[in-house]
Amino acid sequence: MASTVGVIFTSVNDENASELTKVRSKGSIPYGGRYRLVDFVLSNMVNSGITTVGMLTKNNYQSLMDHLGSGKEWDLARKEGGLILLPPYSDESEILYKNRIEALKGATAFLKKAKEDFVVLADSDAVYKLDYSKVIEEHIAHNADITMVYHEHECGENPAYILMDTEKDGKVKSIDINVKVDGVKKHYINVFVVRTTYLLNVLQTVIARNLTSFSKDIIIPAIKSGKVYGYKLDGYYGNIDSLQAYYKSNMDLLDKSVRQEIFGERDVYTKVNDAPPAKITATAKVTNSLVHDGCLVEGTVENCILFRNVIVGKGTHLKNCIIMSENVIGEDCNLSYVVSDKDSSISSGVTLAGCEQKPYFINKGSRI
Amino acid sequence: MLKKKKCVAMLLAGGQGSRLYALTSNIAKPAVSFGAKYRIIDFPLSNCINSGIDTVGVLTQYQPLVLNEYVGNGQPWDLDRTFGGVHILSPYEAKKDTSWYKGTANAIYQNIRFMKMYDPEYVLILSGDHIYKMDYDKMLAAHIEAGADCTIACMKVPMKEASRFGILNTNPDGTIYEFEEKPKEPKSDLASMGIYIFTASKLFKYLELDEQDPNSEKDFGKNVLPAMLNAGEKMYSYRFEGYWKDVGTITSLLEANMDLLGTVPNFELRDNDRVIHSRSPLAPPAYVTGEVSNSMIANGCEVEGSVINSVIGTDCVIEKGAVVKDSVLMGNIVVKAGAKVSYSIIDEEVTVGKNAVVGADKEEASKVEGKTSGITVLGRGITVSDGKKVAAGEIVDKDV
Repeated sequence: MASTVGVIFTSVNDENASELTKVRSKGSIPYGGRYRLVDFVLSNMVNSGITTVGMLTKNNYQSLMDHLGSGKEWDLARKEGGLILLPPYSDESEILYKNRIEALKGATAFLKKAKEDFVVLADSDAVYKLDYSKVIEEHIAHNADITMVYHEHECGENPAYILMDTEKDGKVKSIDINVKVDGVKKHYINVFVVRTTYLLNVLQTVIARNLTSFSKDIIIPAIKSGKVYGYKLDGYYGNIDSLQAYYKSNMDLLDKSVRQEIFGERDVYTKVNDAPPAKITATAKVTNSLVHDGCLVEGTVENCILFRNVIVGKGTHLKNCIIMSENVIGEDCNLSYVVSDKDSSISSGVTLAGCEQKPYFINKGSRI
Repeated sequence: MLKKKKCVAMLLAGGQGSRLYALTSNIAKPAVSFGAKYRIIDFPLSNCINSGIDTVGVLTQYQPLVLNEYVGNGQPWDLDRTFGGVHILSPYEAKKDTSWYKGTANAIYQNIRFMKMYDPEYVLILSGDHIYKMDYDKMLAAHIEAGADCTIACMKVPMKEASRFGILNTNPDGTIYEFEEKPKEPKSDLASMGIYIFTASKLFKYLELDEQDPNSEKDFGKNVLPAMLNAGEKMYSYRFEGYWKDVGTITSLLEANMDLLGTVPNFELRDNDRVIHSRSPLAPPAYVTGEVSNSMIANGCEVEGSVINSVIGTDCVIEKGAVVKDSVLMGNIVVKAGAKVSYSIIDEEVTVGKNAVVGADKEEASKVEGKTSGITVLGRGITVSDGKKVAAGEIVDKDV
């Protein structure tokens, strides 16, 4: 493939899933029983042949750094390139960035140093499988300035960031920003491809003119010049822009076809923990659930996602729950539609219930 | 920095493990899968790092491919070090002559130069076919405190089994006055666990003496230890209490796997102080639906059938209507709809076809006499065709 460098935004719109981002940035939200959201975009990059990735962090990134380490689990602990963290205040700027353009400003030194011809820029708040090298092939074929990846679906709880309208050949005609409309639309998924030189030039221009809007000041002018194209992402796309969306996207994994699409063929890389295999005892009953290594299940578990080292006591009934790692749930509890963040414990006999639209959320490290 | 290690471990991993039959046709015994996601060698390697020993030589000889690939640079055990770490030591061609390892003592002898690179005060000799958690550092402390030249770890075994082991006859203070390798009439029930700590200078001395002895079988138990004893060196026993199992036979391998099951198992792997590390695969969590009882399920499994009293390794698929009972499935195995697997050990990458029957119910199968006491064994990579039957106690290493 064409030589390509990746840039990942790990901390964009943290506030719209505020329960989950209290103790971490978006990219390190635990997902699917073993992963962090950033694993999906990072694995996509690695599986597309990208070996240099800059990771833009903002605040609250301790958990993310702990997860990523040297990058060896993604094969990104390299002498040449590899995983490079780009924390704020790492260049001459004295304020914390407020928007994408300011964030990218912090990556200019990284991009200038990069020898690669193309850049893939992507957020880390979505679950999907995509070979970015295919996007770059089309980008080259169209002789485009910018190629924006979109997915067709209906609006969720939050307004769509950018809806795109394209011509038959994929050329972007216009975009709508922050709108909420009915019906299936082309949602920009915060993944775009540019030439490195193009990006550096555009950044230099907008920064010199103190412009701050990525959509209005970079995308729209480029559309006017007729060189912005769309690339359609087929298949599964789980965007985690609220607790409700988080809940739904996790539960989507109980569907075999989604599991096969996301985990089949190419691996999703993540930090490895050496937990022993899950144990399901003689008193347990497990139906339609994901159970990670390290779990000890003695109760009844139905339509649940159990992360690493979750203990479910005898007589306890979990239904439609997401239980993150190191949770200890006592005996004779009754939990439904509960999302329990890491390291919490629930005493015996507790009953908790939420609903699909509003799951009951338990903060990290709670004692109930 | 001090270019020196206090203690270097040498792990004998060359054994063929012929009593595991089809399970070791293509791989060395220490590379055999255990406990759904581990390989046997994970236990001594994890014990080393958990005991503060970061320099380990792994001596391979028989079918080392899988083992080499698995150990790799040692990163899963934190044994990738700039000085020290894990090293695979294969037999090599020398100027004088090319030679395979001719026995446990000769294998260590051929790697004296490796040990000397680290200028160790002590050398720990381990074997790669036991399942246990042990703090070697405590044993080393005992060795140093006693001022011993050699310390042998031992544990009590049932008297009727004692003749299968190297037996230590000891004085009340723990010193050894006699060492008998597999005695017909054992005088004690203290069995050697095949774990030795030597003061390095003594080890090198006696290995060189043993090498010059044309009558020696070049074996620690038969030659080196008795020679040291005869020469009046200080030899101590070190009593180990806890779980330890030799998994060199089909029955003991099945038993050891079963020892992991239950809320309070005979052998506990959930242990934050002594984590058993492994090259954990990248599989997603297991998907479980259907009847699963008293079993262990590793990541990557898709379980829609029944699993009872069994250990199911990474990436296994148990289809709807399939039943797996009292069995060990090592990993990457497909058991198709309607198939029944009972009282069996199935090696990696095996497919059991629709409605096929492998083994017989435990009670019935246990009555079958033979090499495996009724346990059915399917070797790596084979396929059992739809509807085919494999009888209890059979060992199969070709497609059926």
